[in-house]
Amino acid sequence: MWCRFFHVISSLKLTVICLSLALVLVFVGTMAQVNFGIHEVQQRYFQSLFVWWPSGSQGFRIPVFPGGHLLGGVLLVNLVAAHVRRFRWTWRTLGIHLTHLGLIIILAGGLFTDLFSVESFMRLAPGETKNYSEDPRAMELAVIGESDKDLDQVTAIPEARLKKGGTIGSESLPFRIAVRHFYQNSRLQPLDKAGQNALPAATEGAGAQLAVTEVPPAIAENDRDLKSAVIEIVPMRGETAARAPVTWLVSGQLGEPQTISCAGKTWRLVMRPARYYKPYSLTLKKFTHETYAGTQIAKNFASHAVLADPERNENRDVLITMNHPLRYRGETFFQSGFEEGDKATILQDVYNPSFIAPYVACVIVAAGLLFQFGYHFVGFIRRRKTGHAQ
Amino acid sequence: MKRFAPWIALAVAALWIASNSRMPKPAPEGFDLVAFGKLPVLSDGRNKPFDTVARTSLLIIRGKQTLRLDDGRTLDARRWLADVVFNAPAADAYPSFAINNPEVLGLFGWEQNKRKYFSYAELHPFLEKIDTQGGQADAVEQAKRTPYQTAIFNLRNSLMLYQRLKNSLRPDDARDFAGEIDAYMKAMPAALEETAKSGKGGQVNQEKLAGFARLTARFREMAELANVLPVPPDPAGGGPREEWISVGASLLQAISAGTVSPVTKTYALAGDAYHAGNVTEFNRHLHGLSDWMAKNEPEATGRAAYEFLFNQLEPFYQAMGLYVLAFLLVCFSWLGGNRNHGAAAFYVLLLALAVHTFGLGSRMYLQGRPPVTNLYSSAIFIGWATVIVGLIIEKIFRDGIGSACAAAIGFITLIIAHHLAGSGDTLEMLQAVLDTNIWLATHVVTITIGYSAMFLAGTLALIYVVRGVFTRTLTKDSAQSLSRMTYGVICFATLFSFVGTVLGGIWADQSWGRFWGWDPKENGALLIVLWCAIILHARWGGFIRQRGLMVMALFGNVITSFSWFGVNMLGVGLHSYGFMNKAVPWLAGFMISQLALMAIASLPPARWRSFQSGPGPLR
Repeated sequence: MWCRFFHVISSLKLTVICLSLALVLVFVGTMAQVNFGIHEVQQRYFQSLFVWWPSGSQGFRIPVFPGGHLLGGVLLVNLVAAHVRRFRWTWRTLGIHLTHLGLIIILAGGLFTDLFSVESFMRLAPGETKNYSEDPRAMELAVIGESDKDLDQVTAIPEARLKKGGTIGSESLPFRIAVRHFYQNSRLQPLDKAGQNALPAATEGAGAQLAVTEVPPAIAENDRDLKSAVIEIVPMRGETAARAPVTWLVSGQLGEPQTISCAGKTWRLVMRPARYYKPYSLTLKKFTHETYAGTQIAKNFASHAVLADPERNENRDVLITMNHPLRYRGETFFQSGFEEGDKATILQDVYNPSFIAPYVACVIVAAGLLFQFGYHFVGFIRRRKTGHAQ
Repeated sequence: MKRFAPWIALAVAALWIASNSRMPKPAPEGFDLVAFGKLPVLSDGRNKPFDTVARTSLLIIRGKQTLRLDDGRTLDARRWLADVVFNAPAADAYPSFAINNPEVLGLFGWEQNKRKYFSYAELHPFLEKIDTQGGQADAVEQAKRTPYQTAIFNLRNSLMLYQRLKNSLRPDDARDFAGEIDAYMKAMPAALEETAKSGKGGQVNQEKLAGFARLTARFREMAELANVLPVPPDPAGGGPREEWISVGASLLQAISAGTVSPVTKTYALAGDAYHAGNVTEFNRHLHGLSDWMAKNEPEATGRAAYEFLFNQLEPFYQAMGLYVLAFLLVCFSWLGGNRNHGAAAFYVLLLALAVHTFGLGSRMYLQGRPPVTNLYSSAIFIGWATVIVGLIIEKIFRDGIGSACAAAIGFITLIIAHHLAGSGDTLEMLQAVLDTNIWLATHVVTITIGYSAMFLAGTLALIYVVRGVFTRTLTKDSAQSLSRMTYGVICFATLFSFVGTVLGGIWADQSWGRFWGWDPKENGALLIVLWCAIILHARWGGFIRQRGLMVMALFGNVITSFSWFGVNMLGVGLHSYGFMNKAVPWLAGFMISQLALMAIASLPPARWRSFQSGPGPLR
C-alpha cells in the first residue's frame, strides 16, 4: 500500500499532470484579472488550496479546481519523492539534480514568502517623521488614552478581532468594547440625505448624524473596502448598568478621532490602517519627481530622507529611488508612488525573510540547465562528427 | 558555373542593398531639406533630427511616412514638416489626416466614400466638437473604448500634435516673424521700465506696455504649445547643459538675458524666407544653423546625423527583402535538389543578418540602451535571435531547414515590427521603472531569446507537419533530424525562458518589493516555462514521441504569442507599457491557425502522405 503510494507520488505522470493543471490555473487566473482585481484573483486562484465556485466566502460552494498552494505543494512533494526514489550520482544526471534542487528552493521560498512576508506602506510629506508603516488593507481600532503628557497609551484591536464580534476587553482599559456590527465595505451618508427611513448609526459622536449601509466588497484594482463598525462601550460591572446602551460608529472614513469618557478619564477612539511600529524612524527631506524635458514621461522619482535609529546610534541621509530601495534591519523600502501634486511620497515597506531564495535558486537552476543541455549537445555534436567521418 | 551560384546570389543581393543606400541629395534649385532634416532638436525627451520628427509625426497623423497630394504629387516627410513648421497655411490644405471610421465621418455629416485623408482646413470647423468627443473618449479606459472612441481619440491627438508642430518654430499665422522679434526686443527696455515704475506705485504708460504685452502673450502661447524644442542651452550662459528649450521659451528668457539666442533668430529668418519662397535666403540661414550646431552641439549634431543616415538606409526593410530572397532560394534548393541554392540561401541570410545587426546596433547606439525596450524592438530582436539560431542549425544539419526557418521568422517578425511602429517614435524614452540598463540587458533580453526559441521550435514543427501530411518528402531520416532540432531548440527555450522569468522576478523584487505578483505579463512568462517543462517531462516519461513533440511545439506558438502580445491586450497589470488592441484579430487568427495545424497533425499516421508507404515514426 505504502509502496504503491510512494510509486504514484514520485511518478513522472503526476509531474506532468500537475504541471498541466498549473498551466490551466495560471491561464484562467490571468484572464480572470480582466474582471476581478489582482488581489482577489491571487487569493482565489493562487494562494488557496482549491478554487471554489461560486466565489463568495459564504454559503454553499464546491471546489472546482486545485488551487496554487495545493498544486505547488504536490509538485514539491513529487519532486522530493522522485529524487529520493531515483537519485543516482552520475555526471549525466548532475544537471537534472541541480535544476530540481533550485526548483525546490524556489517553491519552498514562495511558500515561505506567502506565509511570512508582510507588506505595508509609509506615506511621508516633506518634513514629516514616522516610525511606523501602515497596511491599507487591514484596519485596527485604536483606543488612545492620555496617560502622560508625552506618551500616549494605545490599545489597538485588529480588524480580524472586530470581525469576529462579541465583547473585547483589555487590562489597560476600564471598559469593554462590544461589537454590534462590522461592515466589510460600507457607505456613510449624512442622515438628512440618506432617505426618510434612515436611522442614525450610533447614539453618540459622529455616528449620531450619519447613516451607515453595507455595500458589496470592492473589486477594482485601486478600490479599497471602506470598513466600519458600530461598537458599544460597556462599563465594567458596578457602573450604571441601567442606562441605555452607548454606541459609537467607527470607520476609516471618519478622519478625526472621537473622544469618549469613562470613569472620569477620556480616550480617543479611531479606526485607522493597521500600524507596524519600528525601532527607527524616517524623515522625508525632499521628494523629487523628474520628467523628460518637454514631456509628461516620468524619468525618476526619488525620496531624500533621514534614517534615525537611536538603538544602533545611526543617523544618516538615505536616498530611495526607482530600482534602488533602502534595505535596513531586514526590511526593504521601495519608492512605490506619490500623492498628486507631489505632496507626499509613498514608500512600500516589505519584510520578507526568504527574499534571498530566488536569487540562489536562479543561479543553481541556470547552472543545472546549462550543464545538462550542454552535456548532451556536445555529445550529440561529437557523435555526428564521428558519424560523418565514417 | 553552378559552383559560382552562391557567390552570384550574394553579389546580386549586395548590389541591391547598395543601390537602395544612396543618400538623398538636395535639389540644386530648391530648399535644402536634407540639411533641415539633419538639424538636431529635442522632442519627446530626446535629441533627434528633424527627419525623425517628420517621419514619426506623419506616421501618427497619416499612418504613412509620405504624403500624396490630391494632384498626384508625393511629398516626403521632411517636405511636409518644413511646410507645417514654416508655412502653415500651405500645410493646412494638405490631406494629412487619415480618418477611416464611418462614425467619425458621420459626426461631421460626411459620408464615407473613397477619400480617406482630410486636410486641417476641412477639419477646422469641427475642432471644438472633436475636442469634446475626444475628451469623453479619453475618460474611458483604453481597453474599454469602442472603435469610434478610439478613432475620435486618435484624431484629437493627431490634431493636437499638428497644432503643436505648426506653432513650434513660429506662430502659425506669422508672416514676418523676425520683424516681430525685432519689435519685441526694441519695445522691451521701455516696457521693463514701465513695469518697474508700476511696482513702485507710479503712473504707467499703458501704450508703451500694450504692444510688448501682446507679443509676450503670443510667445508664451508658443512656448506652451511647442512640441519641438530646437534651441540648445546657451553656450555662454550658465545653467545645466542638457536643457533645450522651445522658441517661445527662449524669447521669454530674452527678458532676463537681454538678448535673443542666435538659434531662435536664425530659425525666424529661415522661416520667413521659406514662407516667402526665397530659396537662397532660406538655404543660407539653414546652413548657418547647421554650422552653429556642429560647433556648439557637436554630440547632438553627430547623433542626429547618424540617425538621419539610419532613417535613410531603412536597414530593417532591406533585411526583409533579403529574407524573402533567401527563403525563395531555399525553396528552389528543395524543388531542384541543388545544393548550391542552399549555399546561396545561407550566404544571403548571412548578409541579411549583417544588415539586421547593423539596424539593431544603430538603435542601441542612438538610444544608449540594450536592444529591447518596447514591443517594437522586441519584434526586431526576436527575429534577429531566431536567425542566428536558425543559421547554427543550418550549419549543423545542412538540409535547408534551419535557413528556411530563419528566413521566414526573420521576415515575419520584421513585418510585425513594421506594424508596431505606427504609434510614433520607436526610440521613445523609458518610464522611470524601466530606466535600468542592467535589467533591460539581462531579464528582457533572455526572456526575448526564450520567445525566439519557442517560435523557432514551433516553425520546425510546422515544417514537419506540412511535409509529413501533404507531401511524401518526410523520410524517416528527415523526420528524425527535425525532431532532434525541435527537441534541442525546446531545451534552449527552457533555459532562457526560465532564467529570464526568474531574473524578471528578481527585478520585481528590486523595484516593486515582491518577487512574484501574478501580474499578467509574469504569468505569461510562467506559462512558457510550464509548457516547456511539460514537453520535456512528457518526452522523458515516454508519454509522447515524435508526433506528440511536434503537436506540443505547435501549441508552444500559441502560448508564446499569448505571452508576447495577448497579455498586453488585457489592459491590466503593471507591465502594460506596450498596450495595443488593433492586433487582436491577427493574434486570434494566428492562434486558430496553430490549433488547426495541431488538429491536422493529430490525424492518424495512415492519413499522412509521407507515412503511407513504409513505416513512419511511431505515435
